Amino acid sequence: MKRRGMDLSLADYPAPQIRSIERRLFLKQSLSLGALALLSGCDLTDDERVQTALSAMSRWNDGVQAWLFDPNKLAPEYPASAITKPFPFNAYYSELEVREVDATSYKLELAGRIRDPKPWTLPELYALPQTSQITRHICVEGWSAIGKWGGVRFSTFLERIGADLSAKYVGFKCADDYYSSIDMATALHPQTLLAFTYADQVLPPKYGFPMKLRVPTKLGFKNPKHIMAMFVTNIYPGGYWEDQGYNWFSGS
Amino acid sequence: MAAVHDRAAEWIKIHPLVVRVTHWINVIAILIMVTSGWRIYDASPLFNFRFPGQLTLGGWLAGALQWHFAAMWLLAANGLVYVIYGILSGHFRRKFFPITPRAVLRDVWEALRGKLAHEDLSFYNAAQRSAYLALIVAVIVLVFSGLAIWKPVQLQELAALMGGYEGARLLHFFAMTLVVLIALVHILMVILVPRTFPTMISGRARRKS
Repeated sequence: MKRRGMDLSLADYPAPQIRSIERRLFLKQSLSLGALALLSGCDLTDDERVQTALSAMSRWNDGVQAWLFDPNKLAPEYPASAITKPFPFNAYYSELEVREVDATSYKLELAGRIRDPKPWTLPELYALPQTSQITRHICVEGWSAIGKWGGVRFSTFLERIGADLSAKYVGFKCADDYYSSIDMATALHPQTLLAFTYADQVLPPKYGFPMKLRVPTKLGFKNPKHIMAMFVTNIYPGGYWEDQGYNWFSGS
Repeated sequence: MAAVHDRAAEWIKIHPLVVRVTHWINVIAILIMVTSGWRIYDASPLFNFRFPGQLTLGGWLAGALQWHFAAMWLLAANGLVYVIYGILSGHFRRKFFPITPRAVLRDVWEALRGKLAHEDLSFYNAAQRSAYLALIVAVIVLVFSGLAIWKPVQLQELAALMGGYEGARLLHFFAMTLVVLIALVHILMVILVPRTFPTMISGRARRKS
């Protein structure tokens, strides 16, 4: 890895690089504390090795969380009076940039380890047995909000399409170029929904029209919106935030 | 032969090896947990302030979370060794007890007036006993409230004891505040009585004659 001179101003770099440089500077500063040298046990300035160690710990925590996950443990549900109003909008872009998906031409694409991968239209999806839940959405940033989502149990849908339920991952691709993936155990959890409604109304664009995956046993960023395609696989698919360093399992 | 014996007698044992090792590992673990925790707090502040970025670890939220969820294992494993040792060896019983509210108030008052005698470093006065016990309890509260925030579904019974997810966040914040305050007072006292510092490394202190 080429080492950059520390005397350069941050303004000399294009914006996307600045965050990564800031991160390096912080690691360097923190590592110059002698105390941390004892922990990392490696060259103080070799921040790539620290990153490797932290990533390895994150993978270890994925394993611990998969072990802690109880497929029968339900997320707490709340009365309608507990719903947070207004429910906050959150994405990697601003509310002005919310994608509009055309309902009439929409088809959910299926791929990977699925026996019957024919695309699904919205009326076909709406005809599946529907259920609803009032649960707490917890953001990785720390805040939380309670909302009401309705849709089909994801396990019902996976069974209907003949998904390989022994596969490891289900991945999602979204209209806003977001992507994410979850473990099969969580995909089969009774509260994991392919959600078409929010507060008993058709999911508005800002909450992910035409559908979002509602996973009350995971952090908010593991609830992809505007889902266009999904696939079942044994190859780790990663995700938009996960690939940048956020913990993959991120279970609640 | 007599001279050697006399020289040895000038030193008294203050801190057992387990206490010294776990103390310094704890310093590293708490430092990482607090500074990365501040960065995580800043992503969605509970109150009307943020911690200055220069005091935080991780650079951004994902980095801070990586540090926090790596160092939590160090904090918990080290704390477990310390607490089990403290109970089984009788270290806690000998050093921290008895403790009475009256004695704590008296010694804190004496310390504030700068009149608290601190001759025998192997003996903890009531002010020290209360501070060290409060620190142990605060770290235990931090660990459990942290678990409740991390796993509000899988450990929902634990979270419910703290008023649910949002209650656990508040408790985690206040326990952190208590730990930081106790640590600051602790560092101040070491600065005021500097001969206590090498004892936490060597474990020994020269007997006052």
